[in-house]
Amino acid sequence: MMEETLVSVRGNIHEIQEEIIPDRVSMSGTVESSKTNAYTNADLGLWGFLATIAMLFAGFSSAYLVRRAAGDWLPIAAPQVLYWNTLILVFSSAGLEIGRAALRAGKQSAFRSWTFAGTLLGFAFLAGQVIAWKQLVDIGIFLPTSPHSSFFYIFSGLHGVHLLGGVGWLLYSFGRAWGDSERGYTALRLCATYWHFLTAIWLFIFYLLFSFR
Amino acid sequence: MTVAHSGEAVHHEPQSFISKYIFSKDHKVIALQYMLTGVVVAVISGLLAMWIRLQLAWPGANYPVLEKLFPDGMGGGVMKPEFYISLVTMHGTLMVFFVISPVLLGAFGNYLIPLQIGARDMAFPFLNMLSYWVFFLATIIMLSSFFLEGGAAAAGWTSYPPLSAVKQAIPGSEMGQTFWLLAMALFIVSFTMGGLNYFATIVNMRAKGMTYMRMPMTVWSLFLATIIGLLSFPPLTAAAILLLFDRHGGTSFYLPAGLFFGNQVLPHQGGTPLLWQHLFWFLGHPEVYVLILPALGIAFDVLAPFIRKPIFGYRIVVYSFFTIGFLGMVVWGHHMFVSGMNPWLGEFFSVGTLLITIPSALIGVSLLASLWGASIRFTTPMLFALGLIAFFGLGGFGGIFLGTATSDIYLHDTYFVVGHFHFMIGGVTLLGMFAGTYYWFPKMFGRMMNETLGKIHFWSTLIPFYCVFLTQHFLGFGGMPRRYYAFNDFQYLDPIRDINVFVTICSFVLGTAQLLFLYNFFVSIIAGAKAERNPWKATTLEWTAPSPPPHGNWGAEPPVVHRWAYEYNVEGASEDFVLQTAPASKAPVTA
Repeated sequence: MMEETLVSVRGNIHEIQEEIIPDRVSMSGTVESSKTNAYTNADLGLWGFLATIAMLFAGFSSAYLVRRAAGDWLPIAAPQVLYWNTLILVFSSAGLEIGRAALRAGKQSAFRSWTFAGTLLGFAFLAGQVIAWKQLVDIGIFLPTSPHSSFFYIFSGLHGVHLLGGVGWLLYSFGRAWGDSERGYTALRLCATYWHFLTAIWLFIFYLLFSFR
Repeated sequence: MTVAHSGEAVHHEPQSFISKYIFSKDHKVIALQYMLTGVVVAVISGLLAMWIRLQLAWPGANYPVLEKLFPDGMGGGVMKPEFYISLVTMHGTLMVFFVISPVLLGAFGNYLIPLQIGARDMAFPFLNMLSYWVFFLATIIMLSSFFLEGGAAAAGWTSYPPLSAVKQAIPGSEMGQTFWLLAMALFIVSFTMGGLNYFATIVNMRAKGMTYMRMPMTVWSLFLATIIGLLSFPPLTAAAILLLFDRHGGTSFYLPAGLFFGNQVLPHQGGTPLLWQHLFWFLGHPEVYVLILPALGIAFDVLAPFIRKPIFGYRIVVYSFFTIGFLGMVVWGHHMFVSGMNPWLGEFFSVGTLLITIPSALIGVSLLASLWGASIRFTTPMLFALGLIAFFGLGGFGGIFLGTATSDIYLHDTYFVVGHFHFMIGGVTLLGMFAGTYYWFPKMFGRMMNETLGKIHFWSTLIPFYCVFLTQHFLGFGGMPRRYYAFNDFQYLDPIRDINVFVTICSFVLGTAQLLFLYNFFVSIIAGAKAERNPWKATTLEWTAPSPPPHGNWGAEPPVVHRWAYEYNVEGASEDFVLQTAPASKAPVTA
């Protein structure tokens, strides 16, 4: 319901806007001005939300750097599967981006296959993370084993939880955009932004965890 | 990419009782929900404060009645030390996060942002509703922790490890601490949802003609408070997660090696409690600005109609808010001067903190200068706003002593600190909340509060407040440490024992005086004199809506703004105030 009224939309659905926008907000302030907002409410909400996630991981990262300075720091080796996971996540982001561009261009079938591929790769990444955990557990590295392993589990777990939320969001917007490009575009566009952000966060975490150990 | 969108969040007027008053998406109903919750918690938390004072004035005294209430904590009618520290912890936590935050940001923010910028509702009404109910859940969890085995959290509102991290440390460190962390995490989730809403609403949903520099000061202050909160709260979530793992997962983020409990060495090693302090104060210090900025913003908006002239230094104050917001995020270390930090680092935090006095003084001076030459109308809201200015000056002055590392080392963890922060995030915010409530009550409920009772309430709040918290500054000079359970064993504190009795009696007067407010508030909702649309003859948008405003606030046409928020005594105007909606043809536009 909310999206319909708050939708940010592209050129081809100005008709809808005429109905739902009785009064546009002026940024410049002069009453005569009919300048529209640069960003939609949903965009602002999303970017604000990403800022809070960035601060959350910044909090963990600073804790990581502080804790690393203590004498009992025992670094663990990165499970090999993590390199594959990283690649998978980057490809997943790329898939979603191509899907998003296809949706924007109104190419429904291309949008469906690329977004489907992106979603599948997202699941593959999550499965890969679980495999990485399993591999560590198998060689006897648990959460409290060393500060480095604690941070690895917490970082990857928290990132996984955020990505799991992203998968849910992705499935939802996929459903909306299925056969109805205009309605689903906003949802998918925002979701893809969130997804790319999480990919970037993972690249950062991966770098931090295994280059500064 | 061209993006255009709706400035109006439209949701239909709810019909059923549940969707109208309980799971409501209307910003005004949500605001009142926040306010009501805040008032209930304030009563509980205020009683905790008086209970603390009871112990400090007459340590070891026997209260059989209280034993019936809390048989564990008051075993034999005498307060146990671990119960005392629980009370201190919960009083602080509840007041900061479950009274001041929900009332100043939750209630006034929700109520005033759409009304003052000319929007029909918040940008994300559903998220807004969710924000309140998550907050409600957090409140229930926090309050219920009193009834857990071991009682409520007892590591102080700052929850420093190792006390908060070692489960066996004190009874409150058992499930009470876990509940504390859970409730705080939910509070941050709720704040994030509310904050994203405020942010998007203020940026995107201002009425036609409402430029940033025409916004009322309340909206500015809420805008900055929101941004500060959104950026500074998440690191505490991170800290809380790490603490939960230290408590339940066997990790050692905060716990160093060699901790003994009983005769056993704890298995932790390598962690540092200082890490928590840094992460906590990265939230903790900006949080005080999150709370105090809206109070200051409200003060400006309440002053204006009672001085009948434009407030002084609008732009300077806005820039000062920005400066405080930025500096406030990088000075958290001044809470940790005695933690053994490198003196150079301490110097950085000291200088940063003292720099904050510049924008703060600019705000204070602007408040004072607004009064200059005005024919002041001493209504109840105005009295509270004036009291706020006085508190802000005095509290800020104390802050200079604490921000300077040299003097802080002496005053750290004494009652000087307690007195100081009660003036600032206790007093300024309290008076801000009262000023705002008396001022906007007619808009909220369509009725006026009783002025006589309001004035008695003001004086019976202001005077005892000084007696309690100004006196505590001197107790601090005398070396009385905070959080101690009793002072009878310290010979050097013998001379101030009577002062503690005095403080306690004054605190009871202060607490009792609030009954006047509660009576006035609830009776006025039902039986107060009918309020007109604009009883204070003010200029801002909310006064152009009916009292109380209907669903959607504005009827068919949303307002169009032609001037700034403080158009009083404009030359050439027919009255001494001009509404923001009045076009230039009616009166000259000054800003």
